[in-house]
Amino acid sequence: MAKVGVYVCHCGSNIGGVVDVEDVCKHAETLSDVVVSRQNLFMCSDPGQEIIRQDINNGLVDKVVVAACTPRTHEPIFRKVLEGEGLNKYLFEMANIRDQDSWVHANDKAGATAKAKQIVASAVAKARNLQPLEDKYVDVTKAALVIGGGVAGIFAALDLANMGNKVYLVEKEPSIGGVMAQLDKTFPTNDCSACILTPVMVDAGTHPNIELLTYSEIDSVEGYIGNFDVKIRRKQAYVDWEKCTGCGACADACPAKTPDAFNAGLNNRGAAYIHFPQAVPKKAVIDMTHCINCGGRKIGSEPKISKKTGNPILAPCEKACPAGAINRSVAVDEGGRIMDVKVGAIVVATGYKVMEKENFKNLAPDSPNVLTALQLERLISATGPTGGQFLRPGDGKKPHTISFLSCVGSRDERHHTHCSRVCCMYMIKQAKLLKEKYPDLEIYMHFMDVRTPGKDFDEYYTGAIDMGINIIRGRVGGIDTLPEGNLRVMGYDSDLAANIEIDADLVVLATAIELQDDIKPFAQKLSLTLDGSGFFKELHPKLKPVDTPVEGIFLAGCCQGPKDIPDTVAQAKGAAASAAVPLSQGRVRINPTISEVNQEKCSGCGICEPLCPYAAISMIENVAGHPRARIEMTQCKGCGVCTTACPSTAIQLYGYTEDQIMAQICALTA
Amino acid sequence: MEFVPNIIGFACQWCTYAGADLAGNLRCKYPPTVKLIKVPCSGRVKPEYVMQALAQGADGVLVGGCHFGDCHYKDGNHKTKNRMDMLKSMLGDLGFDPRRFRREWISGAEGKKFAEVITDFTKELIELGPNPLKGGENNG
Repeated sequence: MAKVGVYVCHCGSNIGGVVDVEDVCKHAETLSDVVVSRQNLFMCSDPGQEIIRQDINNGLVDKVVVAACTPRTHEPIFRKVLEGEGLNKYLFEMANIRDQDSWVHANDKAGATAKAKQIVASAVAKARNLQPLEDKYVDVTKAALVIGGGVAGIFAALDLANMGNKVYLVEKEPSIGGVMAQLDKTFPTNDCSACILTPVMVDAGTHPNIELLTYSEIDSVEGYIGNFDVKIRRKQAYVDWEKCTGCGACADACPAKTPDAFNAGLNNRGAAYIHFPQAVPKKAVIDMTHCINCGGRKIGSEPKISKKTGNPILAPCEKACPAGAINRSVAVDEGGRIMDVKVGAIVVATGYKVMEKENFKNLAPDSPNVLTALQLERLISATGPTGGQFLRPGDGKKPHTISFLSCVGSRDERHHTHCSRVCCMYMIKQAKLLKEKYPDLEIYMHFMDVRTPGKDFDEYYTGAIDMGINIIRGRVGGIDTLPEGNLRVMGYDSDLAANIEIDADLVVLATAIELQDDIKPFAQKLSLTLDGSGFFKELHPKLKPVDTPVEGIFLAGCCQGPKDIPDTVAQAKGAAASAAVPLSQGRVRINPTISEVNQEKCSGCGICEPLCPYAAISMIENVAGHPRARIEMTQCKGCGVCTTACPSTAIQLYGYTEDQIMAQICALTA
Repeated sequence: MEFVPNIIGFACQWCTYAGADLAGNLRCKYPPTVKLIKVPCSGRVKPEYVMQALAQGADGVLVGGCHFGDCHYKDGNHKTKNRMDMLKSMLGDLGFDPRRFRREWISGAEGKKFAEVITDFTKELIELGPNPLKGGENNG
């Protein structure tokens, strides 16, 4: 017979202020096999844990139920207590009477107490049926995969590589650098983005432990912590990178035209192009979707021979390349090639994009003089389309009045409810940079609120006011286009409590930060989930900010939520440190809550085999030559789909067995 | 005495269970009718468990899983849909109003939705009255 101890937590007043803990304790003592029930203000504190330790030590209890918060955060803490006292840590069950009871039923104390009793009864019923389980271990591949080569991915890769791990740094664009490489200057110090980023890019590109895989995408991820099997698609560049010197001659020769994404679409690039001048690696690619095939022949076919000269007629890119890196006569796979790597941990640092202005019909998106803030960033950058000259795209004239609009798509129920966090600061930065350079410029900034919560941030903002930049509190409802490309900004000034109209030559929209359109299928490849705002969901918002529900996969940077460069770097270093834990331990624990087939009960029907999402089930022959299902321990992830389907109840999912679930149903209907 | 429905909820630990925790974090209010049994995946829930709960007098049963495409185990929720939709179509013949059983997709980010589902389900069960095996009218 089991000896169950029930320990009810007050969680300060979180539980105790709503649920009658005394009453719950008394009720617990009436349940079968419960030998003792106790309470404490904070069960997870050291004195709280000590109560459990003593009862185990004195031989009073051999199964433990803690009624407190959620097992999603606190189960590991209490399991450790059992382990410390030599009791199998899986003889533990948690009753969630805070998150799922006292917090949501604070207005119904009697109802909450009655529900707490039922939840405890259910947990005790399960605990009575718990069996000891044994952790198993497998060796770890001492290598890491970092997905995304922006500032987050670069720092995560460098830290992991400096710790002695092999790192594969995958980036979908031809160069690493991410959005930070597109920025002109960075707040609150106004230091040049390229000056601080490019040396780090070079570090990552030349590190002996880092294998840079740019112009590549993740095809699939299989496996589990310590042993992920990753297929990486190296996209077809149509340029032999072994030979390419990054001279850019092909880009100059290419007659095709397509908007240059690096310059936020402000100018055109060719189909043959180099991502940007400071690219790492500095290699050309030919973007076949925009190649106009001016040479008039298919890839992989021999060129025509000129009747005049007797020489082959080459495409301009082929002809221009002094290194012979472009050869359109070679038949290559347009899908690129798949590279298989094995890694022990993965850092996801896939970054973000800003909303396009086309989403805001009321803000004159068709006007070339309405820009997103990222476009302005390129416009004022020395490496931008105008070489840093501040000329408006509509007519190349120098603007005299410029309006900035904050929260475009952020904090707006029609688009995103979240705050994009960096817009206030980068708008102030852009305004200050422009005002410094052109003191005659009239600048109006329309803010909902000004949010400057960071080191030296508010001083940076008050500095902008001192420079004579006009700060207007209130939203903008719409923009009208005026003759000669000018714009009329119609908004509200809450300090004046009046509608205002300001005519501007140029309008800048601080559009919301969001994840890329194709992020959902990518998330599915890694079994990651997105939060309500559409960013990757961390395991716990406070205590596990870089962990994900998939063990061994970690998050860094804006893919987890909007953040500035210092926070991104800090999180990247945190993710690298967390990813390094399994790599340095050398072996990882396999969760024992997985399924096993009872060979005696299995009838060999094979229903389970095709159901398994991980192909962990195979049919083998037993000694009598009959087929029997067998589950491969390292491949099973413990979903229980097979357990549910087995008509002979031969498959047992440890931790969620038939007995345990049935006992819970009985307890909850008692 | 006022009738308080007893709802048993089978909740996937990755989505609906986390969504219920989030409802707590957000201090959403809903009636104290539902008690969750945590399962690794909604695909672990046998239709027999739903029947067992109803047969033992539960007034309502909820199976909560992930939205399609969000399953932590790739496609466990597709199996849940097939199994549970089949069960729902049979409940009437088995003597239970099919409205006593709900299959819902509630993600870990949908704390508010969890509270709304429970509030609505509770309201509906109050209209239906107690489980027929516990003295309620057989409205199957």
